[in-house]
Amino acid sequence: MSREGWINALLLAGVAGVPLWAWAVDEPFTITLATRAAILALAGVGLNIALGLGGLVSLGHAAFFGIGGYAMGILASHAQAYDPIMEAPILIQGTKSMPVIWLVAVAAAALAALVIGALSLRTSGVYFIMITLAFGQMFYFFAISWPAYGGEDGLSIYVRNGFPGLNTLDPIQFFGLCFALLLLALLFSARLAKAPFGLALNAARQVPTRVATVGLSPFRLRLVAFVMSGAITGLAGALFADLNRFVSPTMFSWQTSGEIIVFVILGGVARTCGPVAGAALFVALEHVLGDLSDYWHIYLGLILLAVVLFARGGIVGTLAGRGRAHD
Amino acid sequence: MPAPRHKAISVTPILFIEQVLNGLQFGVMLFLMAAGLTLVFGVMGLINLAHGSLYMVGAFAAAAVAGATGSFLLALVAALAAAAAAGTIVELVVIRRLYHRDHLDQVLATFALILIFSEGTRWVFGSFPLYLNIPDYLSGPVTLPGGIEYPLYRLAIIGVGLAVAVGLFWLVSHTRLGIRIRAGESDREMIAALGVDISKLYTVVFALGAALAGLAGALVGAIQSVQVGMGEPVLILAFVVIVIGGIGSIKGALVGALMVGLTDTLGGVLLPALFRLFLDNSAATTTGSALASMLIYILMAVVLIWRPRGLFGVAA
Amino acid sequence: MKLRSLIAAACIGALGTAAAASEDTVKVGMITTLSGGGAGLGIDVRDGFLLAIEQAGRDDIEVVVEDDQRKPDIAVQLADKMIQSEKVDVLTGIIWSNLAMAVVPSATARGKFYLSPNAGPSKLAGQGCHPNYFNVAWQNDNLHEAAGGYANDAGFSNSFILAPNYPAGQDALAGYKRIYDGELAGEVFTKLGQKDYASEIAQIRASDADSVFFFLPGGMGISFLKQYADSGLDLPVVGPAFSFDQGILQAVGEAALGVKNTSQWSKDLDNAANTAFVAAFQAEYGRLPSLYASQGYDTANLLMSAMDAADVGDAEGFRAALKAADFDSVRGDFEFAANNHPVQDIYVREVIKEGDVFTNRIIGTALEDHSNVYVDDCKM
Repeated sequence: MSREGWINALLLAGVAGVPLWAWAVDEPFTITLATRAAILALAGVGLNIALGLGGLVSLGHAAFFGIGGYAMGILASHAQAYDPIMEAPILIQGTKSMPVIWLVAVAAAALAALVIGALSLRTSGVYFIMITLAFGQMFYFFAISWPAYGGEDGLSIYVRNGFPGLNTLDPIQFFGLCFALLLLALLFSARLAKAPFGLALNAARQVPTRVATVGLSPFRLRLVAFVMSGAITGLAGALFADLNRFVSPTMFSWQTSGEIIVFVILGGVARTCGPVAGAALFVALEHVLGDLSDYWHIYLGLILLAVVLFARGGIVGTLAGRGRAHD
Repeated sequence: MPAPRHKAISVTPILFIEQVLNGLQFGVMLFLMAAGLTLVFGVMGLINLAHGSLYMVGAFAAAAVAGATGSFLLALVAALAAAAAAGTIVELVVIRRLYHRDHLDQVLATFALILIFSEGTRWVFGSFPLYLNIPDYLSGPVTLPGGIEYPLYRLAIIGVGLAVAVGLFWLVSHTRLGIRIRAGESDREMIAALGVDISKLYTVVFALGAALAGLAGALVGAIQSVQVGMGEPVLILAFVVIVIGGIGSIKGALVGALMVGLTDTLGGVLLPALFRLFLDNSAATTTGSALASMLIYILMAVVLIWRPRGLFGVAA
Repeated sequence: MKLRSLIAAACIGALGTAAAASEDTVKVGMITTLSGGGAGLGIDVRDGFLLAIEQAGRDDIEVVVEDDQRKPDIAVQLADKMIQSEKVDVLTGIIWSNLAMAVVPSATARGKFYLSPNAGPSKLAGQGCHPNYFNVAWQNDNLHEAAGGYANDAGFSNSFILAPNYPAGQDALAGYKRIYDGELAGEVFTKLGQKDYASEIAQIRASDADSVFFFLPGGMGISFLKQYADSGLDLPVVGPAFSFDQGILQAVGEAALGVKNTSQWSKDLDNAANTAFVAAFQAEYGRLPSLYASQGYDTANLLMSAMDAADVGDAEGFRAALKAADFDSVRGDFEFAANNHPVQDIYVREVIKEGDVFTNRIIGTALEDHSNVYVDDCKM
């Protein structure tokens, strides 16, 4: 196993081990923190497909994260109130079943990513960063000012949604579910990077003209990557909403997009487990620094700055040395 | 209790002209922010998310000096100086290490700077908004031809903004610094080969952009509120502006700023009025307001889809 | 810092005598906004709350304070932490309605008490009410309704009304219209966080309004008032206390002088509890207390009054003790309506200048013994 492989194994063992230890000593809040880290990591894994493999710096992934969240919020709130979402032309009921919610979240986020991607991928570089930001802001302002689903107040769900055979209210079982989905997504993204599609996408990032000459369309490759990326982030959004039993427009805010990027860069761009390392560190910092001082954002800022300036390649990159580095 | 009857606000010509002036004033303000951002990107290729923090620094410096001396002019000078100084320090300590990095690292590092600036300011000045007001000689409305009453201070802002725009165009096209800036935009290696001290040029350009942002912060702070976090909403709008105008182009920043200013201001008034034609009043107000708040982002998306490098952007 | 040491002592006390203390010590989790733009409000609630405990000299309350950064997801996470790890008995502190909506339903569903020192969203007052949820401040609509009452008394007949386009803003305009009898010259929803009101002021000028009602909390209100004063318009303005509070009034300055606003509290309210509170707050923190500080102070006193009457472990008894509201509120008479929201007088205040400091004084009562319209929707 390569050095990065060992690091990844240790990392995942750590993310799974901490909550197991917490479960053993009855510290349920630590499990909640680990679940949060796993879900945010999943969002990062999604972004990493666009960002790491495709070189597409999206500052609008909060749109997909929020869509996933609202998919859960809308379905579950209707189910909770026994109030169908739509009666004509066909009857659509809400649901409290996680698998159904996940499917809807993934499909809705993928659809949004298809439309946003098709329009945004006409641009590149900074323009791409900014147009994705613009789409994110559109969703944000829409969610805030549209009263049907709570506007800025958001939507509260009283009981966490269900998964067949599991008690999702038990922190450790819900963590297990999230962790399993994270593993699946990691497996998918690792496979994708080595598959013909991933190689072509990587080539399209580095030398678009050569890809075009062998008959592949860089635009189409990137669009497919963007859709997959959005779909995974959407799934993370649905889980995040379930963790909090709450959705609000904050999920759509540009700070959320910024934070997802932070997970990816902190961990290491284009490293399979980079987002896991990044999200885990971020959640830990948030927790530890918050107790230190009211002005803890200063410390967070300084640490982020130090990582960018001195630990290029992020945590995994620094530990693993040169590997599949970015560019 | 009888339900109060609504009376829709009709859009009269006078109201329309007043709104156009408001849009201009907002646009000119955005230009002060966007000019620095677009210069820094054009010359150094740097995305600076912390530009909004410099706007905040300007406003806080102005409020502090105005509170101590009572002079608005001194406050403006302080805003320019403080923002330029903050810009210089940030450039020397952090930013210059980022020029050769990709945009991703720049986004993260300047995102970190926002956190440091915001909480640092709160640490120094406390959690409550500060007081900064319009000086007496600029307060109150004046009557314009056609009987429109309009605040003098806003006219002054339009004047200052346009003067800065003219000054910037002159600076870029007629001075030695301007030649270097243009050279820096088109060919970074060349300018170094010509023996220009490039790192000094970068510091100067960054400080100039910072000073403009600080000026904007102080001018706006007098009619809005001076508080932590005031820079971020403006920052996003300034990005929208430079992207619409074409990054690196000062002309683009001016046109983009005016477009965004006018669209946002007029949209907020005209859209609800438009929806009132076919919806009842409260639904029209809600729908119109919701759409109006998304309007500039829609404008930006449309411009980019039509011209992927903005209105005045140069080809890659 | 006296208060720091108080908290520390409380913590050490709780640890040292864990076995004995667990019987009668009440553990309070305070989730409030201590960083970022809205920090001023949270700091005041916290300071008011801790001041009351310090004054009472009690060592049977342990307070854990955490910063929610005004983010709903962080607030939910902190609530989980306080319930799961800290094992608190009572939660309090939240400033914003959207954060309260995220935290309160699941906390009360898990058997915790929640005492709201600020937010009072209508959903938690009506169908979503809960026996363990007590609002010590106001139902969100109250101060706006009072503004409508004042408008009637002042003879306004054609108001121009504006608020940000989000649920609390929509509730604000609905609350004003509920009591106000006159006509509307215009009704405008602004963008949340908007700082430039030139366009709205132009619309006010173009309308034939005889008065303006606005609800624009925080920096939005500061901006509106400064720009309104500069526009030369001299129509009377009325709004809820949020834009005229001690914390932000200094930032508005002259522009606010003479403006009427509605509040259930003011520092010149003439009762013994209030006089003592204002003096003690100034002595402890060196600044005038705000509306939010008064609400934090009342919340702590309510809690302590309930602790004197019942044990927190006895949920039924503790609930009844809270509901009795047997404490000296700094706002005078105070009792709970059937849905655990206050029934109280709401006053009209005027902004004045005392020496160098801008502050408020009471000029009348807008609504007496005012409850809220959601009582009948609450089934508990």
